[in-house]
Amino acid sequence: MTVETAPMTTDLQSSPRMRHATQALIKKRYAAERRFRAYGVAAILFGLAFLVALFSTIVARGYTAFLQSAFTLDVNLDQGAFGSSTPPSQSDIIMADYTKLANRALFQALGVDPANKADAKAAASLLSANADVQIRKAVEADPSLIGKSIPLTLLAHGNVDTLMKGHFDRTVPENRRQLSDKQLGWLDKAAASGVLAKHFNTGIFTYGASSKPETAGVGVAFIGSLYMMLIVLLVSVPLGVAAAVYLEEFAPKNLLTDTIEVNINNLAAVPSIVFGLLGLAIFINFMGVPRSAALVGGLVLALMTLPTIIIATRAAVAAVPPSIREAALGVGASKMQSITHHVIPLAVPGILTGTIIGLAKALGETAPLLMIGMVAFVVDFPKTPFDSATALPVQIYMWATAAERGFVERTAGATLILLAFLVCMNVTAVLLRRRYERRW
Amino acid sequence: MNSKFIAYTTATAVGMAAFACAAMARDQVKVAGSSTVLPYANIVAEQFGKTFSNLKTPIIESGGSGAGIKQFCAGVGEDKIDVANSSRKIKDTEIADCAKAGVTDIVEVKFGYDGIVFAVDTGASEWKVEPKDIYLALAAEVPKDGALVANTAKTWKDVNSDLPDWPIVAFIPGEKHGTREVFEEKVLHAGCKATGGDKLQLAKAEGKDDAEKKKAADKACNKVRKDGAAVDIDGDYTETLARIESNKQGVGVFGLSFYENNKDKLKVATISGVEPSLETVASGKYPVSRPLYFYVKKAHLGVIPGLKEYVEFFTSDKILSADGPLVEYGLVPLPDAERAEVQELVKSGKTLATAAK
Repeated sequence: MTVETAPMTTDLQSSPRMRHATQALIKKRYAAERRFRAYGVAAILFGLAFLVALFSTIVARGYTAFLQSAFTLDVNLDQGAFGSSTPPSQSDIIMADYTKLANRALFQALGVDPANKADAKAAASLLSANADVQIRKAVEADPSLIGKSIPLTLLAHGNVDTLMKGHFDRTVPENRRQLSDKQLGWLDKAAASGVLAKHFNTGIFTYGASSKPETAGVGVAFIGSLYMMLIVLLVSVPLGVAAAVYLEEFAPKNLLTDTIEVNINNLAAVPSIVFGLLGLAIFINFMGVPRSAALVGGLVLALMTLPTIIIATRAAVAAVPPSIREAALGVGASKMQSITHHVIPLAVPGILTGTIIGLAKALGETAPLLMIGMVAFVVDFPKTPFDSATALPVQIYMWATAAERGFVERTAGATLILLAFLVCMNVTAVLLRRRYERRW
Repeated sequence: MNSKFIAYTTATAVGMAAFACAAMARDQVKVAGSSTVLPYANIVAEQFGKTFSNLKTPIIESGGSGAGIKQFCAGVGEDKIDVANSSRKIKDTEIADCAKAGVTDIVEVKFGYDGIVFAVDTGASEWKVEPKDIYLALAAEVPKDGALVANTAKTWKDVNSDLPDWPIVAFIPGEKHGTREVFEEKVLHAGCKATGGDKLQLAKAEGKDDAEKKKAADKACNKVRKDGAAVDIDGDYTETLARIESNKQGVGVFGLSFYENNKDKLKVATISGVEPSLETVASGKYPVSRPLYFYVKKAHLGVIPGLKEYVEFFTSDKILSADGPLVEYGLVPLPDAERAEVQELVKSGKTLATAAK
């Protein structure tokens, strides 16, 4: 900092007036520098403030999605419900009226008289429509339970869940509410006695799409996204690296390669929906890949990721010092050996970073998937990449448009899951880079 | 090492793509279309999967009635969808397009009605509107002293002295929505007629013959003002709801089922004195409603496993009756006689008459 005053001559400094003027000037310079720094800090703080606001709203809205209200009921699996044969046949187990068993247990726990039709209906609507499947699964897993009375945790209806999470406004007049005063009374009693409680929500990870918030999960979307990322990796990394290495190491510098280079840079900036249109025309209509399949989604996203990988790989390959290549050639390596043994291994950190940034971008895309039918309601889990699937951001979008209140928190919850996925990928990228990075 | 890895992965990728080309037989029903019908179709698909454990759950895509029908009309074959959901009747031009692509036998299934409601924030006082109030508030040109003038109404009170003194801001469905058509036809046009605007528009309309003039006049009647009083919402009802939550003096257009699910946040307006509900829409007393349809490709019936079962399941009493799951969500059920008719139609597989080419 004192350097700036060095060139000043002693003659100038000796005059008090001049010295005063110089000091004012220096002060001004320091002030300018402080301001310059302050702008930088302000810009960072501004960005951070938005990030904090975004994260805090998502977390505040979404953390409740990882809890789910459920009734713990003593379900009496009496023999009578499973037909006359002992032990009951497989079809008896499938066809048994589990809803009736669930309701009977619920009425007992809430103290509702099943003979009162209106009350019974109001009480039964507090249980998730999926309760029967839950009991059936328990029985299928262990048929020896039949004839016994067992405690089971059965999902509550989405409206009950919103109540338990405090998103329900009791001051609204009864006829405008989803739950009546009577139902609230039962629920308060059940919550006080511990029959109704919030549990960790494993369902949000394991269920597929559902029209009911309590049985909706990101399972199918997660598997779909995973398949697509795998396909993107398998298709775009080899193609991208091969193209980049050729362009950087072998290709002559002429009009053709210049055109290719400009086009690759342009492709990286093309709106993603265009890739969706391309995918629809080529993969679905021409090649006959099944619509909505994770395979076609993966291929479209691979095309979209290619330019990112090519650009990153070219930069990484170009950054390897020429001395490495020359040394390899000097000891008698062929051009190919110099590249595969020296240049590419040294460029790996850069390639990895480019790949993971490309993958992360692909993971968050919905627009191209719309065109190829992946914005869809998919209940069944995809067994192979050829089966219909959907993707994490698509699931978020679909929940955001649903009418039921329970989907609001799930939208934020799914966003958190997507963010966690992204953070994992980015951390992997950083770690891999640290591991392989070499400085010279 | 690296070159081996690259060669191996490339081979895998190429192999997978080649495998995909040998298209596999589809064992899953595919549906696309209206976003209004989507939640109903989702419920049916979910129940279908639960009921028929040997069949796969259908895949339901959304994207709008028009887009769904376009996909539906792309042709016959395993790679084309089986069912198109629609919140409006299929147009003659679309039937012709279908026929061109070889989709000649289409079964039309009407499965219920949907009401369209006006709603305001719960804090507001009672809203009672007539179609003519909406027309006078939102149309681009309104009749005044026997002539058409540009709409200058600032508050709802200017339009009807019974309405509150709120600035006019209405969130109406964007033009790509099927709901917009119903809004124009049943609200704006009705209001236009009631105020005599249609005659004035007709007198002004240009065209070769009367039919063309009438068309131009209808179009002019449906034109909404562009000065910010009528806000097009291209997203979904959740967006409209968010707009009303931030602007407590806004009026929004919703589907009846969306309103039923968000009753604690919205207050519904009566139209011509009738409050929208399942009963009033079903009986036809509430004026702003529309039928909901799905269209089935007959050539796929019996070819795609599960399609026949899906259509029969959708139209069964279990799904469509007044205490079924769709009505619980907010669908206005078909009257019993009409439902029996639809079930009969599904059984016989009667197709739409192919329109003149």
